Amino acid sequence: MTSTVTADPRVGKSDSGGGRGTGGARRRLPRIPDRIRNGGLPYLLLLPAVLLELLVHLIPMIVGIVMSFRQLTQFFISNWGNAPWTGLDNYSIAVDFDAPIGEALLHSFFVTCVFTFFAVGLSWLFGVAAAIMLQESFKGRGVLRAIFLVPYALPVYAAVITWAFMFQRDNGLVNHVLHDQLGLTDQPSFWLIGDNSFYALLIVSVWKGWPFALLILMAGLQNIPRELYEAASIDGAGIWQQIRKITLPSLRPVNQVLVLVLFLWTFNDFNTPFVLFGRAAPKNADLISLHIYQSSFVTWNFGTGSAMSVLLLLFLLLVTAVYLLVTSRKKKGSGV
Amino acid sequence: MAAPASFVWTRRIVLTLLTGFVLLPVYVMVSSSLKPLQDVSGKFQWIPSGLTVRPYFDIWKTVPLAKYFGNSLIVAGSATVASVIIAVFSAYAVSRYSFRGKRVFTVTVLSTQMFPGILFLLPLFLIYVNIGKSTGIELYGSRGGLILTYLTFSLPFSIWMLIGYFDSIPKDLDEAAKVDGCGPIGALFRVVVPAAVPGIVAVAVYAFMTAWGEVLFASVMTNDSTRTLAVGLQGYATQNDVYWNQVMAASLVVSVPVVAGFLLLQRYLVAGLTAGAVK
Repeated sequence: MTSTVTADPRVGKSDSGGGRGTGGARRRLPRIPDRIRNGGLPYLLLLPAVLLELLVHLIPMIVGIVMSFRQLTQFFISNWGNAPWTGLDNYSIAVDFDAPIGEALLHSFFVTCVFTFFAVGLSWLFGVAAAIMLQESFKGRGVLRAIFLVPYALPVYAAVITWAFMFQRDNGLVNHVLHDQLGLTDQPSFWLIGDNSFYALLIVSVWKGWPFALLILMAGLQNIPRELYEAASIDGAGIWQQIRKITLPSLRPVNQVLVLVLFLWTFNDFNTPFVLFGRAAPKNADLISLHIYQSSFVTWNFGTGSAMSVLLLLFLLLVTAVYLLVTSRKKKGSGV
Repeated sequence: MAAPASFVWTRRIVLTLLTGFVLLPVYVMVSSSLKPLQDVSGKFQWIPSGLTVRPYFDIWKTVPLAKYFGNSLIVAGSATVASVIIAVFSAYAVSRYSFRGKRVFTVTVLSTQMFPGILFLLPLFLIYVNIGKSTGIELYGSRGGLILTYLTFSLPFSIWMLIGYFDSIPKDLDEAAKVDGCGPIGALFRVVVPAAVPGIVAVAVYAFMTAWGEVLFASVMTNDSTRTLAVGLQGYATQNDVYWNQVMAASLVVSVPVVAGFLLLQRYLVAGLTAGAVK
């Protein structure tokens, strides 16, 4: 039998043809394991994706890590391979919290943590509330669902520019309502500079982010079997009890993925502060992505910027790993 | 079962508040785009004193909006088509074959989602410049470079979602097609793809929106002739005199295609998420 295999030149090549049209002798062959019979086809199918991910994500990331060990100022941009090797200098500059650069980075990190906590928390809360309220069918549900997804569909720059207009000191809606109509403030406030900018950024971010939570949670709700609710209502559980005892626990696996994704997106968000504030954000709303952009592109210090980016990536990896560990252990514990 | 009054009232209040929150900027956008300049320069007015459609004509002259619009259409459209085709191939391989490195592939592709864009912005810029220098293929500043970049942004999520979608299509179907004489690629296009249309539409919508809305790479990787809407729209706001009515009109014009497309196709997106992401 072995000789038949080696004698047939088509074996191992004919897989792309689907193995049709071979003689009767072939049927007596032992079943070829999938891995060999498939040949290179799966790899061929993956090739474009792999090449592109390498070109746009993985190689640049490695280059970025290498750059973080070099003294990369504007003089070396066209010839970055010749930038002097500085070892960990960029990192020690980034984490020297007594010097201006390190201090600003630490401040920005702290702002981003607080901001992310509130932005993710509120987006999740609004998403859960709306998803539960939209679960039962009632008149106008389809229209509301479409309306709620508008912030998700609007291009970031168009939506955030509109918010920037609303937050204008002299001709914006926010001051008109708070100062002119409600009289809550003595004089029109600044929203895009100074301390209030944190709240302005938070409102815009939640407005833009919560519909994604709604979208994912609506999908998650569709997977809860109706029988659970029917059984519960036969047992006399009211709608609030059903939400507490069935809906929320059933959403736990969806929530775990959702919160992680929202966290990563919010922590890395560049677009919202960039369109709202321009190249330099006010101190209280200086999110880390924009801060790093500013440190590298505005002050032309790419080496330090790269070191900061690598530190950010390490932090995100650490948080993700801990989060995945904690949530998977919980799942095992409650599952039994 | 009829919901109790407490639930119905909570629902009314919650949904009304959320609707107001969501629609407030939409109202500002629409109403301000129809106001004359002196109205948007002075105190905000809930009800415009006079309506005008002038801003809708002026926006094309203040900045070359039509050119930016064309660039965005070409970039987002091409990135979408390429991303969907590549994602279909990858997801088919992962869903239908067992091979060495499958897990490494899915984990690596998914984890690229968490890279902060800022980490690979500058390296990618340098790589594109160097490719241009050594091969003459212009990637930096060209639409091609932006297309290449954008299509990878939606790729991980698209592959992930389509794997789930393809897994939910019975394998017997494409096995049967193979017995009937289709090759693996024939089975993919004759059986799997037609059965997965909702998932593929969802992925296409997502890819288009990602490319249409991206700001960071567009602002670094484009020049005057390849500028997209994401950068071009800031042209109204950075001048000394901000034509807010034109800014709002332009925002509305660039939003309408994506919002309309998204609302028409959102059923597919929810269906796609249910099959792909949630399971």
